[in-house]
Amino acid sequence: MGEVRLMKGNEAIAEAMIRAGVDAYFGYPITPQSEVIEYLTAEKPWERTGMVVLQAESELAAINMVYGAASCGKKVITTSSSPGISLMQEGISYIAGSEVPAVIVNVVRGGPGLGTIQPSQADYFQATKGGGHGDYHLIVLAPASVQEMADFVPLAFDLAFKYLNPVMILSDGVIGQMMEKVELFDPIPRWTNEEIEQMHGDWALVGYKPGKNKRHVITSLDLVPETQEQFVLKLKKKYEEIEKNEVRYETFNTEDAEYLIVAYGSSSRISQKTMQLAREQGIKLGLLRPITLYPFPYEPIRKLVPQLKGVLTVEMSLGQMVEDVKLATECKVPVEHYGRLGGMIPSPEEILDVLKTKIIGG
Amino acid sequence: MAQDIKISPEEIIKKGQVIFKKTSLLTDKVFSYCPGCGHGVAHRLFMEVIDEMGLQSDTLGVASVGCSVLSYEFMNIDMVEAPHGRATALATGMKRVRPDKIVFTYQGDGDLAAIGTSETIHTCNRGENITIIFINNGIYGMTGGQMAPTTLLGMKTSTTPYGRDHRLMGYPLKITEIVAQLPGTAYVTRQAVHTPALVRKTKKAMQKAIKYQLEGRGTTFIEIVSNCNSGWKMTPLQANKWLEENMLKFYKLGDLKDVGKK
Repeated sequence: MGEVRLMKGNEAIAEAMIRAGVDAYFGYPITPQSEVIEYLTAEKPWERTGMVVLQAESELAAINMVYGAASCGKKVITTSSSPGISLMQEGISYIAGSEVPAVIVNVVRGGPGLGTIQPSQADYFQATKGGGHGDYHLIVLAPASVQEMADFVPLAFDLAFKYLNPVMILSDGVIGQMMEKVELFDPIPRWTNEEIEQMHGDWALVGYKPGKNKRHVITSLDLVPETQEQFVLKLKKKYEEIEKNEVRYETFNTEDAEYLIVAYGSSSRISQKTMQLAREQGIKLGLLRPITLYPFPYEPIRKLVPQLKGVLTVEMSLGQMVEDVKLATECKVPVEHYGRLGGMIPSPEEILDVLKTKIIGG
Repeated sequence: MAQDIKISPEEIIKKGQVIFKKTSLLTDKVFSYCPGCGHGVAHRLFMEVIDEMGLQSDTLGVASVGCSVLSYEFMNIDMVEAPHGRATALATGMKRVRPDKIVFTYQGDGDLAAIGTSETIHTCNRGENITIIFINNGIYGMTGGQMAPTTLLGMKTSTTPYGRDHRLMGYPLKITEIVAQLPGTAYVTRQAVHTPALVRKTKKAMQKAIKYQLEGRGTTFIEIVSNCNSGWKMTPLQANKWLEENMLKFYKLGDLKDVGKK
């Protein structure tokens, strides 16, 4: 058993970076995730593992420092919250467009605009449907516990390097700020420059040695329409692979469920309690929790449709994931959305009431 | 005492003897730059310096957005192409994870002194141990000759068709003077490449910048005041003359800062 600690989600993700052999963190403080860089600068990972930690002058600079360092085949990560993630979108699009692996964490707060510093899940569209310009996808992981804040860091890097694609950990202010027991995985060493050359020398910038290796240029620019089209089609193939291989989700009490809640992140935690309350009242309610928001678990939801009388999605937004749930159910069963906004968090009882009035009674 | 040395041209240049050739650190790709533009000379000089110092495999470069967006097609080293204005942020990330490499950016005035001003100043202020090559031609060349932050007062561009008026468009920005004030910079200099003498000086400045980077002294910053005959709507010769008579009056050549000089 690994070391067990009581930690905030933001602290867990920071500690996990050091243990996952991350080479560099570049970030800019923003509530509700500033504990990440505070934890790192207090912990001095440059002494523990040689990991670089740098407070950038803006989120724009931070994501581009990520882009540069990640181009060298290093494990590089940044964290921010909604307005900061909006600023990073240009860089994220470039990273996706030049097929560089990197991890971006969004501890979501309410918007639009400066919005609020309180928790929200209103960045679903931004995370899963693009965010920046052009045809691309991020792989999006949605942790629902402090444990997963830690565990998803190495998972995110595995996926980023497997597909040479940026990965987003889409958390929220609840998961970032709350404290829970977390079992920390044992540290793995950082890759040496020689290991990087061996493993990623086919694309990473390691220095051009004529006659010994190929020269590498990392760019998202291609002015020739024919080849740029071929490149985007190549990306499409990659996304199809990701959709085939990487769908992750979790189900609770779906075997006999007549009603289903679909919820991710902190909403899924609250909805677990709703499910308990419903079961106590004899309502056969199940829960499906997408762990990957892209690729979205369309098929697992589709398979449940024949047994269902109705589906409720719970997200702290005006209703974003609900569109994917409707796509999954192909409108063969009523799908309703419930969400609180602006930093308001729904209670389990409130969700049960909505289920009764909108789905069961409706 | 000058001696009367009698050497025939044939003795100096023997038949078949190579006296100058393109460095192998420039690819064979034909430059996308207009004839007469200073970019080509600046590319060659910098690649010669990296070549002569034996640093090809130890150098990583960052291309920027502007006329030199394709500089990675001409410079025969590992490079990454940055979003507009962000080159020094990328270089910061690269140098921080590969302090064993020489890292440089190659940027124009729009990229470095307008959209990338924040990155430029903060990179220099942190004293990132990188080299910044900054081409200042007072105009946006690639997008077709619009006003740059460095456009001179009264200068006509496609977005200042009646000349730059400070009441409407502010003043030309001497960003090199700004970064010279910052404690993080080790060497800040302004050079030009439109005469053979200045070409030699610029090359020396580049050698010094790389030497300082090898010594870990901090940010080295070389502005090259250049021309844009297409954007300025002049012949290359007219453009060089105009540069001499106008640009250099405002952008004075020489070292602004050199920590190595006592």
